[in-house]
Parts: sequence; structure tokens; C-alpha cells
Amino acid sequence: MKHLLSIADLGADGIEEVLRLTDKFVEVSGRSIPKVPALRGKTVVSLFYEDSTRTRLSFETAAKRLSADTMTFSVSSSSVNKGESLRDTVETIEAMGIDAVVVRHRSSGVPWRVASWVDASVINAGDGWHEHPTQALLDSYTIRSRRGRLDGLRIAIVGDVKHSRVARSDVLAFTALGAEVVLVAPPTLLPPSLEGWPVTVSHQLDGLLASVDVIYLLRLQRERMTEALIPSLREYRAMYGLTAARVGCLRPDTLVMHPGPMNRGVEIDAEAAEDRRSVITAQVANGVAVRMAVLYLLLGSGVDLVGAAEPVGAVAVAAS
Amino acid sequence: MPRTTVMDPSDLRRAVTRIAHEIVEHNHGLEGVALIGLQTGGVPLAHRLHEALLSIEGEEVPVGTLDVAFYRDDIGLRPVLPEEVTEIPFDLTGLVVVLVDDVLYTGRTVRAALNALNDYGRPRAVQLAVMVDRGHRQLPIRPDYVGKNLPTRFDEQVDVSDGGVVIGDVVAGLDR
Repeated sequence: MKHLLSIADLGADGIEEVLRLTDKFVEVSGRSIPKVPALRGKTVVSLFYEDSTRTRLSFETAAKRLSADTMTFSVSSSSVNKGESLRDTVETIEAMGIDAVVVRHRSSGVPWRVASWVDASVINAGDGWHEHPTQALLDSYTIRSRRGRLDGLRIAIVGDVKHSRVARSDVLAFTALGAEVVLVAPPTLLPPSLEGWPVTVSHQLDGLLASVDVIYLLRLQRERMTEALIPSLREYRAMYGLTAARVGCLRPDTLVMHPGPMNRGVEIDAEAAEDRRSVITAQVANGVAVRMAVLYLLLGSGVDLVGAAEPVGAVAVAAS
Repeated sequence: MPRTTVMDPSDLRRAVTRIAHEIVEHNHGLEGVALIGLQTGGVPLAHRLHEALLSIEGEEVPVGTLDVAFYRDDIGLRPVLPEEVTEIPFDLTGLVVVLVDDVLYTGRTVRAALNALNDYGRPRAVQLAVMVDRGHRQLPIRPDYVGKNLPTRFDEQVDVSDGGVVIGDVVAGLDR
């Protein structure tokens, strides 16, 4: 496997393999020197056409902990401002000799285009409303590490599903691993068609609170809204926000999750974000280990993820 | 190709006992000694050595495990995935670490292990115990404690298990 563009590229076995490898990198991250030489001499470029704090830093930290070199490309200080096209930018960067490009772009599908232009591995770090596979992997890992498994869990994804690439990747990953997903949102914040999505839909949050194992709040993406999709933030919070009162209705073992950045007081109240059921900071911490696993699988392992359940190297390593 | 048993379970037990005695003798006791088994073949041996040392000296030495996959020098040349956990629940700084593996061959696994150990602390000394030294070293590495010296061809495979040591079965592509 060369690129990670969509969760669908991995399938259930591939996701399991990433999560299994993530365990090893969690161990590495816990050491006094949290760094291994596995990707020495490799260069990883982050190419971010959209703002990001945690994803970019998380990828760069992951690359550094694998001893890879990192380069950061930020649009605001680049020749994009002189009108350089995406393709020219990508080809210029590749000419410098790189092994992986981590791409974020406001348009869906850009990572696929980039992958068709370069020899390097391409990792989708979020394309428009479409996908954000490493977020889904770290979310799956976080749930699995707290609850032991995803199979049979009931997961509510609440809020701005329409504009959310996190929701799309999460639905694919969670259902592939056997969880049941309920989307909770007003009709205006759901995609026009949910045909083929392996989910159920509810427009009502309160009735679900006691029955879910995970409640996943999505950020209300006001920067992507071109029309009035909700009457007001206050009404949105009243209907769909995870308020302190609603947190009280959750079971003690329900996990509260959010991909960040949070709009506190809109989709999630400060009390809910800091509740002991919240694993929001664990999501960020696991993000580094998950991205180490992805970078290692693409750049170092030499393992083709499809059918990776049987590590080809196991026998040879044991014999040496 | 026929498989030949070169050590039976009793031979293995005697070798473990002898190596344990040598570790005690060499280090004038077990003060500051720790065992680290290399995943996966070295781990059961490390635990057997721990038992043997306990019955000889009545002292518990700490035991850890180490998977060196991320430190190997053939990453990118062939598939390398970690198989098992690394667990070193103690600080190595100042200890005498005895690395334990089942078979010593090219020496590259031990080289990787030496690198990995540095990330866990600075041992006072590192020693190497192996059940079988099969030759064909590609690096200047030698064991301190050996169960059996076993001349082999490079294309043979040596298996160590509780059932003993078996040699045979050509392994394709072992060109390391």
C-alpha cells in the first residue's frame, strides 16, 4: 500500500493492522527518549492549504519521532500567493526529493490528484467535506483502548455532518469495525442523500443519550456555511449541544469525543469537555502514535496492508 | 531436507543452568544484573534464565523484553513489522544488562538491540547470552554466554523451542 487517501483503502483488516501497530508506537511515545530510527533519511512534507493546528503538528511530531526529516509548506508564506498552481507547487516540492506528502486542501479529491502526479506516498490529512482518514483511525484507536473493541458499540455522531470529513471517515471506520452508528443532526446539517450509508438518522438527541456508548460531537463549521442552516447558535445548542445537563444523562462508561477545535458553548459545553467521560485530550495524544503507525506502514514496513494480517517478515526476523 | 535435533530438552535445560552459573560467576553475584529477552525467541529463554538464577542464588533479577523492529538496518529492504511488545519496567542506567536471544547469526539483531537499549538508559555494561551461535557474523559482535556453537550453512534454519534445538529446512531468500 502506497497512499492513505480514504479509510475505504484500508478495509477492516487494514484498520486493525494500523491499530495493532499503534500499540507499539504508544509504547515508544511513553519512553524517556520517545524516538526510534526507523525512518532515518526519509523526508515528509506537510502541504497544508487549510488552517490546522493539531493535525499538522501531530504529523510532524510523528515523523520526527520516527527520525524522518520534515518540511512544512504553508500557503500564506509561499509562492501560491504569486499564483503558482497546485500541480506546479507539488512538482517543485517533489523535485527536492521527498518520500511522503501530507496533504490538506479545501477541495474534495485533491489528495487523489496529487497522488497521480508524484512518486511519493500521499496521505490525506483532510480534503474538503470528504475524508480525514487518520482522524478516523485515531478515533477508532481511542475507543478501542477505552472500551476494548468497537464491535457491537452504539456510537452517536452529532452535529454538522454535512460539512464534516471527520464524520464521513468515522462512519466508514466505525462500521467496518462492527459498531452501529447513529447520525444526530437537523435535516439542514445532513448531506442531501444518505443512500448507501450504513447508518441510522435521528433529529433528536435527548432520547438517545442513555443508550449510546460513544457520543461524538462535530464542530459546527461556520466557515463552510454559505447559507443560514441553523436558526441561531443558541437554538442549535439547545437542541444538539452537549450541555452539562445532557452529560448527566449519559451512562458512566459513555465516552465523550470531539475532533477539535471545539466551539465551547456551541456543540459542547466546557463542563462536558472536562467531564471525566471526555477522552478529547486522549484523542490528541493517540493521534501522534496513529500517525507514526501510518507513516511507518507506508514508508518503512515494506508491508502491503492488503492482507497484512500475516506479517511477511515475521519468520525471517525470528530466525536471525 | 531432513531436520536434525541437535539439542534435546534435557540438553537445553543443562545449557540454561550452565549459562546461569556463568552469569553469576562472571558478575560476582547478581548485584545490578538485569535480563532483557529479544522478541520473540529470546523471551522464553530470558524467563528460563531468571528461574535458574533464582534457584542458584535465591535472587530475583528484573526481566524485560525488547522488540528491535524499528531499529533494524534492513527497514525498506524487506518487510519489517514489530511482532511483540517491548516492556522494560525498570531504568537500565547503571545496570549490567544481559541480552538474551535464541540464535546468534549475522549479529544485526544484536546491533539493533544495542541501539534500542540506549533509548532506555545507559547500562553499566551489556553482555550477550545466546542458546545457539551458528556463525556467519556480518558485524563485530560476539556472545559472552553460549549454549552451543553450531556450524551451519547460511541457508539452513535453526529453531530453538522448549522441545530443543532443531536444524534443517532451507529458508528461501535468507541473504542477510
